[in-house]
Amino acid sequence: MPRPFSSGWSPPWHESPPLTGASSWSFREEDSLRIHDILRGFLGETNARTALIVDRAGQLVATVGEAPVFDPTAFASLTAADFSANDQLARMLGEAEFGALFHQGERESMYLADVARRVILVVLFDNRTTLGLVKLRVKPAVGQLNQVFTEMFDRDGTSAPGVESAFLGEAEDEIDKLFGS
Amino acid sequence: MSMINYASREINCKLVYYGPGLGGKTTNLEFVYNKVAPGSRGKMISLATETERTLFFDFLPVDLGTIRGFKVKFHLYTVPGQVYYNASRKLILKGVDGVVFVADSQIERMDANIEAMQNLYENMVQHGYDLTKIPFAVQYNKRDLPNAAPIAELQAAVNPGWTVDEPARQRPVPDPYHESEFLVWQEDGHWIERAPYFEAVAVTGDGVFDTLKAISKSVVKTLG
Repeated sequence: MPRPFSSGWSPPWHESPPLTGASSWSFREEDSLRIHDILRGFLGETNARTALIVDRAGQLVATVGEAPVFDPTAFASLTAADFSANDQLARMLGEAEFGALFHQGERESMYLADVARRVILVVLFDNRTTLGLVKLRVKPAVGQLNQVFTEMFDRDGTSAPGVESAFLGEAEDEIDKLFGS
Repeated sequence: MSMINYASREINCKLVYYGPGLGGKTTNLEFVYNKVAPGSRGKMISLATETERTLFFDFLPVDLGTIRGFKVKFHLYTVPGQVYYNASRKLILKGVDGVVFVADSQIERMDANIEAMQNLYENMVQHGYDLTKIPFAVQYNKRDLPNAAPIAELQAAVNPGWTVDEPARQRPVPDPYHESEFLVWQEDGHWIERAPYFEAVAVTGDGVFDTLKAISKSVVKTLG
Protein backbone atom coordinates (compact mmCIF):
# COMPACT_ATOMS: atom_id res chain seq x y z
CA MET A 1 0.00 0.00 0.00
CA PRO A 2 1.47 3.37 -0.97
CA ARG A 3 2.43 5.78 1.74
CA PRO A 4 -0.01 8.67 2.03
CA PHE A 5 1.86 11.72 0.77
CA SER A 6 1.07 14.93 2.55
CA SER A 7 1.97 16.90 -0.56
CA GLY A 8 -0.76 15.23 -2.58
CA TRP A 9 1.30 13.29 -5.08
CA SER A 10 2.74 9.84 -5.10
CA PRO A 11 5.99 8.98 -6.82
CA PRO A 12 5.49 6.80 -9.87
CA TRP A 13 7.46 3.81 -8.57
CA HIS A 14 4.26 2.50 -7.05
CA GLU A 15 2.88 2.18 -10.55
CA SER A 16 6.07 1.01 -12.27
CA PRO A 17 7.72 -1.68 -10.13
CA PRO A 18 10.04 -3.22 -12.76
CA LEU A 19 12.48 -0.31 -12.72
CA THR A 20 16.02 -0.86 -11.54
CA GLY A 21 19.01 1.17 -10.54
CA ALA A 22 21.41 2.12 -13.31
CA SER A 23 23.67 -0.85 -13.98
CA SER A 24 27.45 -0.83 -14.08
CA TRP A 25 29.50 -2.07 -16.96
CA SER A 26 33.14 -2.93 -17.23
CA PHE A 27 35.71 -2.49 -19.91
CA ARG A 28 38.44 -5.12 -19.91
CA GLU A 29 41.96 -5.31 -21.24
CA GLU A 30 40.91 -7.65 -24.07
CA ASP A 31 38.07 -5.28 -25.05
CA SER A 32 40.57 -2.45 -25.17
CA LEU A 33 42.91 -4.41 -27.45
CA ARG A 34 40.14 -5.26 -29.91
CA ILE A 35 38.92 -1.68 -29.99
CA HIS A 36 42.42 -0.28 -30.42
CA ASP A 37 43.03 -2.68 -33.33
CA ILE A 38 39.85 -1.57 -35.08
CA LEU A 39 40.53 2.12 -34.54
CA ARG A 40 44.21 1.93 -35.48
CA GLY A 41 43.18 0.27 -38.74
CA PHE A 42 40.58 2.97 -39.35
CA LEU A 43 43.03 5.81 -38.65
CA GLY A 44 45.60 4.22 -40.99
CA GLU A 45 43.06 3.98 -43.79
CA THR A 46 41.76 7.52 -43.45
CA ASN A 47 44.72 9.52 -42.16
CA ALA A 48 42.43 10.98 -39.48
CA ARG A 49 44.29 12.22 -36.37
CA THR A 50 42.47 10.76 -33.38
CA ALA A 51 39.60 8.42 -32.62
CA LEU A 52 37.89 8.50 -29.22
CA ILE A 53 35.20 6.32 -27.73
CA VAL A 54 32.88 8.11 -25.30
CA ASP A 55 29.97 6.50 -23.48
CA ARG A 56 26.52 8.08 -23.54
CA ALA A 57 26.86 9.12 -19.91
CA GLY A 58 29.84 11.31 -20.85
CA GLN A 59 32.81 9.18 -19.86
CA LEU A 60 35.87 8.67 -22.00
CA VAL A 61 36.39 4.98 -22.75
CA ALA A 62 39.34 4.93 -25.17
CA THR A 63 41.62 7.20 -27.20
CA VAL A 64 43.66 6.05 -30.21
CA GLY A 65 46.01 8.06 -32.43
CA GLU A 66 47.51 11.47 -31.67
CA ALA A 67 47.02 12.43 -28.02
CA PRO A 68 44.46 15.24 -27.77
CA VAL A 69 45.79 18.63 -26.67
CA PHE A 70 42.49 19.50 -24.95
CA ASP A 71 41.01 18.32 -21.65
CA PRO A 72 39.66 14.88 -22.64
CA THR A 73 37.29 14.60 -19.64
CA ALA A 74 35.52 17.85 -20.49
CA PHE A 75 35.53 16.90 -24.15
CA ALA A 76 33.82 13.58 -23.39
CA SER A 77 31.05 15.17 -21.30
CA LEU A 78 30.32 17.74 -24.00
CA THR A 79 30.36 15.09 -26.73
CA ALA A 80 27.78 12.99 -24.91
CA ALA A 81 25.59 16.05 -24.33
CA ASP A 82 25.93 17.09 -27.97
CA PHE A 83 25.00 13.64 -29.22
CA SER A 84 22.07 13.28 -26.79
CA ALA A 85 20.68 16.70 -27.71
CA ASN A 86 20.87 15.81 -31.40
CA ASP A 87 19.19 12.48 -30.70
CA GLN A 88 16.21 14.37 -29.27
CA LEU A 89 16.19 16.75 -32.23
CA ALA A 90 16.06 13.73 -34.55
CA ARG A 91 13.02 12.41 -32.70
CA MET A 92 11.30 15.75 -33.04
CA LEU A 93 11.81 15.48 -36.79
CA GLY A 94 10.32 12.00 -36.76
CA GLU A 95 13.67 10.22 -37.15
CA ALA A 96 14.59 7.36 -34.82
CA GLU A 97 18.08 8.87 -34.49
CA PHE A 98 20.82 10.75 -36.27
CA GLY A 99 23.30 7.92 -36.61
CA ALA A 100 26.13 10.35 -37.23
CA LEU A 101 27.00 14.04 -36.80
CA PHE A 102 29.59 16.22 -38.47
CA HIS A 103 31.07 19.45 -37.12
CA GLN A 104 33.18 21.35 -39.61
CA GLY A 105 35.91 23.77 -38.61
CA GLU A 106 38.33 25.79 -40.67
CA ARG A 107 41.20 23.42 -39.92
CA GLU A 108 39.87 20.79 -37.51
CA SER A 109 36.67 18.82 -37.93
CA MET A 110 34.93 16.09 -36.04
CA TYR A 111 32.69 13.24 -37.07
CA LEU A 112 30.58 11.43 -34.48
CA ALA A 113 28.90 8.08 -34.99
CA ASP A 114 26.66 5.98 -32.77
CA VAL A 115 27.95 2.56 -31.69
CA ALA A 116 25.50 0.00 -30.34
CA ARG A 117 23.28 2.80 -28.93
CA ARG A 118 25.56 2.94 -25.89
CA VAL A 119 28.77 4.66 -26.95
CA ILE A 120 29.90 7.24 -29.47
CA LEU A 121 32.85 7.07 -31.86
CA VAL A 122 34.44 10.51 -32.29
CA VAL A 123 36.85 11.02 -35.18
CA LEU A 124 39.04 14.14 -35.20
CA PHE A 125 40.59 15.02 -38.56
CA ASP A 126 42.14 17.91 -40.45
CA ASN A 127 42.94 18.72 -44.07
CA ARG A 128 45.23 15.70 -44.43
CA THR A 129 42.06 13.75 -45.22
CA THR A 130 38.52 14.39 -46.44
CA LEU A 131 35.06 14.02 -44.97
CA GLY A 132 34.20 11.67 -47.83
CA LEU A 133 36.98 9.26 -46.96
CA VAL A 134 36.17 9.39 -43.23
CA LYS A 135 32.49 8.65 -43.95
CA LEU A 136 33.38 5.85 -46.32
CA ARG A 137 35.70 4.09 -43.89
CA VAL A 138 33.77 4.76 -40.70
CA LYS A 139 30.90 2.44 -41.64
CA PRO A 140 32.83 -0.84 -41.53
CA ALA A 141 34.68 0.35 -38.41
CA VAL A 142 31.37 1.10 -36.67
CA GLY A 143 30.09 -2.33 -37.74
CA GLN A 144 33.07 -4.01 -36.04
CA LEU A 145 32.78 -1.81 -32.95
CA ASN A 146 29.06 -2.59 -32.72
CA GLN A 147 29.93 -6.25 -32.46
CA VAL A 148 32.56 -5.73 -29.76
CA PHE A 149 30.36 -3.46 -27.63
CA THR A 150 27.26 -5.60 -28.02
CA GLU A 151 29.23 -8.61 -26.76
CA MET A 152 30.61 -6.51 -23.92
CA PHE A 153 27.20 -5.28 -22.76
CA ASP A 154 25.65 -8.75 -23.10
CA ARG A 155 28.41 -10.16 -20.95
CA ASP A 156 28.10 -7.56 -18.16
CA GLY A 157 25.57 -8.12 -15.47
CA THR A 158 26.36 -11.83 -15.55
CA SER A 159 30.09 -11.92 -14.99
CA ALA A 160 31.26 -8.36 -14.40
CA PRO A 161 33.88 -8.48 -11.68
CA GLY A 162 33.36 -5.91 -8.91
CA VAL A 163 36.09 -4.15 -7.02
CA GLU A 164 37.87 -5.96 -4.18
CA SER A 165 36.41 -5.52 -0.71
CA ALA A 166 39.36 -3.50 0.68
CA PHE A 167 38.68 -0.95 -2.05
CA LEU A 168 35.53 0.34 -0.36
CA GLY A 169 37.17 1.19 2.96
CA GLU A 170 40.08 2.93 1.27
CA ALA A 171 37.74 4.84 -1.04
CA GLU A 172 35.76 6.10 1.97
CA ASP A 173 39.00 7.29 3.61
CA GLU A 174 39.98 9.14 0.44
CA ILE A 175 36.52 10.75 0.23
CA ASP A 176 36.94 11.98 3.83
CA LYS A 177 40.38 13.38 3.02
CA LEU A 178 39.35 15.09 -0.20
CA PHE A 179 36.06 16.52 0.98
CA GLY A 180 37.06 17.11 4.61
CA SER A 181 36.27 14.70 7.44
CA MET B 1 25.91 3.33 -14.65
CA SER B 2 29.41 3.58 -13.25
CA MET B 3 32.00 2.37 -15.68
CA ILE B 4 34.93 0.25 -14.53
CA ASN B 5 37.61 0.53 -17.19
CA TYR B 6 40.01 -2.35 -16.54
CA ALA B 7 42.14 -1.33 -19.51
CA SER B 8 42.94 2.17 -18.27
CA ARG B 9 42.33 1.17 -14.59
CA GLU B 10 39.73 3.90 -14.14
CA ILE B 11 36.36 4.06 -12.39
CA ASN B 12 34.13 6.99 -13.27
CA CYS B 13 30.98 7.78 -11.31
CA LYS B 14 28.34 10.30 -12.34
CA LEU B 15 26.63 12.43 -9.70
CA VAL B 16 23.78 14.75 -10.69
CA TYR B 17 22.56 17.76 -8.69
CA TYR B 18 18.85 18.23 -9.42
CA GLY B 19 16.28 20.69 -8.12
CA PRO B 20 14.20 23.80 -8.70
CA GLY B 21 15.53 26.92 -10.43
CA LEU B 22 17.78 29.22 -8.38
CA GLY B 23 17.96 26.62 -5.63
CA GLY B 24 21.78 26.56 -5.46
CA LYS B 25 22.87 23.59 -7.61
CA THR B 26 25.51 25.54 -9.52
CA THR B 27 26.59 27.22 -6.25
CA ASN B 28 27.27 23.76 -4.77
CA LEU B 29 29.58 22.93 -7.67
CA GLU B 30 31.29 26.33 -7.57
CA PHE B 31 32.04 25.87 -3.88
CA VAL B 32 33.50 22.41 -4.51
CA TYR B 33 35.55 23.80 -7.40
CA ASN B 34 36.97 26.58 -5.23
CA LYS B 35 37.75 24.42 -2.21
CA VAL B 36 39.09 21.18 -3.67
CA ALA B 37 42.85 21.21 -4.34
CA PRO B 38 43.45 22.24 -7.98
CA GLY B 39 45.35 19.00 -8.62
CA SER B 40 42.26 16.98 -7.67
CA ARG B 41 39.75 18.61 -9.96
CA GLY B 42 39.44 19.37 -13.63
CA LYS B 43 38.04 22.32 -15.46
CA MET B 44 34.50 23.39 -14.58
CA ILE B 45 32.28 23.76 -17.60
CA SER B 46 29.07 25.78 -17.45
CA LEU B 47 26.69 25.88 -20.36
CA ALA B 48 24.73 28.89 -19.16
CA THR B 49 22.68 31.74 -20.59
CA GLU B 50 23.96 35.33 -20.64
CA THR B 51 22.23 35.86 -17.30
CA GLU B 52 24.13 32.92 -15.79
CA ARG B 53 21.13 30.62 -15.63
CA THR B 54 22.09 27.04 -16.42
CA LEU B 55 21.04 26.29 -19.99
CA PHE B 56 22.21 22.71 -20.37
CA PHE B 57 24.48 21.69 -17.47
CA ASP B 58 27.49 22.47 -15.32
CA PHE B 59 30.20 19.86 -15.18
CA LEU B 60 33.02 19.37 -12.70
CA PRO B 61 35.29 16.32 -12.64
CA VAL B 62 36.83 15.52 -9.24
CA ASP B 63 39.67 13.05 -8.91
CA LEU B 64 39.65 10.87 -5.81
CA GLY B 65 43.13 9.51 -6.52
CA THR B 66 44.33 5.96 -7.08
CA ILE B 67 42.75 3.30 -4.89
CA ARG B 68 43.89 -0.31 -5.14
CA GLY B 69 45.28 0.41 -8.60
CA PHE B 70 42.17 2.21 -9.90
CA LYS B 71 41.98 5.92 -10.64
CA VAL B 72 38.59 6.93 -9.22
CA LYS B 73 36.81 9.99 -10.58
CA PHE B 74 33.51 11.62 -9.73
CA HIS B 75 31.84 13.57 -12.48
CA LEU B 76 29.56 16.20 -10.92
CA TYR B 77 26.75 17.58 -13.05
CA THR B 78 23.94 20.04 -12.45
CA VAL B 79 20.80 20.29 -14.54
CA PRO B 80 18.91 23.46 -15.49
CA GLY B 81 16.38 24.26 -12.78
CA GLN B 82 13.93 25.99 -15.03
CA VAL B 83 11.04 23.77 -16.15
CA TYR B 84 11.43 25.26 -19.62
CA TYR B 85 14.63 23.24 -20.07
CA ASN B 86 13.18 19.86 -19.11
CA ALA B 87 14.45 18.18 -22.29
CA SER B 88 18.05 18.93 -21.37
CA ARG B 89 17.45 18.07 -17.68
CA LYS B 90 16.42 14.60 -18.71
CA LEU B 91 19.46 14.03 -20.90
CA ILE B 92 21.86 14.70 -18.06
CA LEU B 93 20.33 11.89 -15.98
CA LYS B 94 21.51 9.32 -18.53
CA GLY B 95 23.85 6.90 -16.78
CA VAL B 96 23.55 8.61 -13.38
CA ASP B 97 25.07 6.84 -10.35
CA GLY B 98 23.85 9.15 -7.61
CA VAL B 99 21.43 12.07 -7.26
CA VAL B 100 21.48 15.06 -4.92
CA PHE B 101 18.21 16.95 -4.84
CA VAL B 102 18.93 20.56 -3.88
CA ALA B 103 15.74 22.00 -2.41
CA ASP B 104 15.23 25.71 -1.78
CA SER B 105 14.20 26.07 1.89
CA GLN B 106 12.27 29.28 1.36
CA ILE B 107 8.61 28.73 2.18
CA GLU B 108 7.59 30.45 -1.08
CA ARG B 109 9.53 27.80 -3.05
CA MET B 110 7.70 24.81 -1.55
CA ASP B 111 5.60 24.20 -4.66
CA ALA B 112 8.66 24.59 -6.91
CA ASN B 113 10.50 21.97 -4.80
CA ILE B 114 7.63 19.51 -5.01
CA GLU B 115 7.27 20.06 -8.74
CA ALA B 116 11.01 19.53 -9.31
CA MET B 117 11.01 16.35 -7.18
CA GLN B 118 8.06 14.98 -9.10
CA ASN B 119 9.81 15.88 -12.35
CA LEU B 120 12.96 14.06 -11.15
CA TYR B 121 11.00 10.88 -10.49
CA GLU B 122 9.30 11.11 -13.86
CA ASN B 123 12.54 11.69 -15.76
CA MET B 124 14.24 8.83 -13.92
CA VAL B 125 11.35 6.52 -14.78
CA GLN B 126 11.66 7.49 -18.43
CA HIS B 127 15.28 6.31 -18.35
CA GLY B 128 14.13 3.09 -16.67
CA TYR B 129 15.81 4.00 -13.35
CA ASP B 130 14.30 3.72 -9.89
CA LEU B 131 15.34 6.51 -7.56
CA THR B 132 14.73 4.28 -4.55
CA LYS B 133 17.40 1.87 -5.79
CA ILE B 134 20.27 4.25 -6.42
CA PRO B 135 22.20 6.55 -4.06
CA PHE B 136 20.03 9.58 -3.41
CA ALA B 137 20.28 12.48 -0.96
CA VAL B 138 18.25 15.63 -0.33
CA GLN B 139 19.91 18.92 0.53
CA TYR B 140 17.85 21.73 2.07
CA ASN B 141 19.70 24.82 0.95
CA LYS B 142 19.42 28.45 2.09
CA ARG B 143 18.91 27.51 5.76
CA ASP B 144 20.22 30.95 6.73
CA LEU B 145 17.26 32.83 5.25
CA PRO B 146 14.57 34.15 7.63
CA ASN B 147 11.81 32.71 5.46
CA ALA B 148 13.27 29.18 5.51
CA ALA B 149 10.56 26.59 6.24
CA PRO B 150 11.05 24.20 9.19
CA ILE B 151 12.88 20.99 8.27
CA ALA B 152 9.94 18.81 9.35
CA GLU B 153 7.68 20.65 6.94
CA LEU B 154 10.17 20.33 4.08
CA GLN B 155 10.73 16.63 4.79
CA ALA B 156 6.98 15.95 4.76
CA ALA B 157 6.54 17.73 1.45
CA VAL B 158 9.74 17.00 -0.48
CA ASN B 159 11.08 13.78 1.04
CA PRO B 160 8.06 11.92 2.47
CA GLY B 161 9.57 8.48 1.76
CA TRP B 162 8.41 5.33 0.09
CA THR B 163 7.12 1.99 1.32
CA VAL B 164 9.62 -0.83 1.79
CA ASP B 165 8.10 -4.04 0.49
CA GLU B 166 11.09 -6.41 0.65
CA PRO B 167 10.86 -8.24 4.03
CA ALA B 168 14.68 -8.38 4.30
CA ARG B 169 14.86 -4.60 4.36
CA GLN B 170 12.03 -4.11 6.85
CA ARG B 171 14.10 -3.20 9.87
CA PRO B 172 14.82 0.14 11.54
CA VAL B 173 17.81 1.98 10.08
CA PRO B 174 18.98 4.95 12.15
CA ASP B 175 19.85 8.11 10.24
CA PRO B 176 23.64 8.36 10.67
CA TYR B 177 23.51 12.11 10.14
CA HIS B 178 20.72 13.01 12.61
CA GLU B 179 20.44 11.68 16.12
CA SER B 180 17.20 9.86 17.00
CA GLU B 181 15.94 10.01 13.43
CA PHE B 182 15.56 7.06 11.07
CA LEU B 183 16.04 6.38 7.35
CA VAL B 184 13.85 3.26 7.58
CA TRP B 185 11.11 3.01 10.17
CA GLN B 186 7.67 1.54 10.79
CA GLU B 187 4.58 3.71 10.80
CA ASP B 188 0.92 2.65 10.91
CA GLY B 189 1.94 -0.92 10.12
CA HIS B 190 4.04 0.03 7.07
CA TRP B 191 7.80 0.19 6.65
CA ILE B 192 8.90 3.53 5.24
CA GLU B 193 12.25 4.61 3.83
CA ARG B 194 13.39 8.11 2.94
CA ALA B 195 16.51 9.65 1.48
CA PRO B 196 19.10 11.08 3.89
CA TYR B 197 18.92 14.85 4.14
CA PHE B 198 21.39 17.64 4.79
CA GLU B 199 20.98 21.28 5.73
CA ALA B 200 23.10 23.71 3.75
CA VAL B 201 23.99 27.28 2.97
CA ALA B 202 25.72 26.71 -0.36
CA VAL B 203 26.98 30.29 -0.75
CA THR B 204 29.09 29.92 2.39
CA GLY B 205 29.74 26.22 1.79
CA ASP B 206 27.92 24.99 4.91
CA GLY B 207 26.70 21.46 4.27
CA VAL B 208 28.08 21.28 0.73
CA PHE B 209 30.82 18.77 1.50
CA ASP B 210 28.64 16.86 3.99
CA THR B 211 26.21 16.21 1.16
CA LEU B 212 28.92 15.37 -1.35
CA LYS B 213 30.68 13.02 1.06
CA ALA B 214 27.47 11.14 1.82
CA ILE B 215 26.43 10.69 -1.81
CA SER B 216 29.91 9.74 -3.01
CA LYS B 217 30.29 7.14 -0.25
CA SER B 218 26.92 5.66 -1.18
CA VAL B 219 27.99 5.49 -4.83
CA VAL B 220 31.31 3.84 -3.99
CA LYS B 221 29.40 1.15 -2.02
CA THR B 222 27.53 0.19 -5.19
CA LEU B 223 30.82 -0.74 -6.90
CA GLY B 224 31.47 -3.71 -4.62
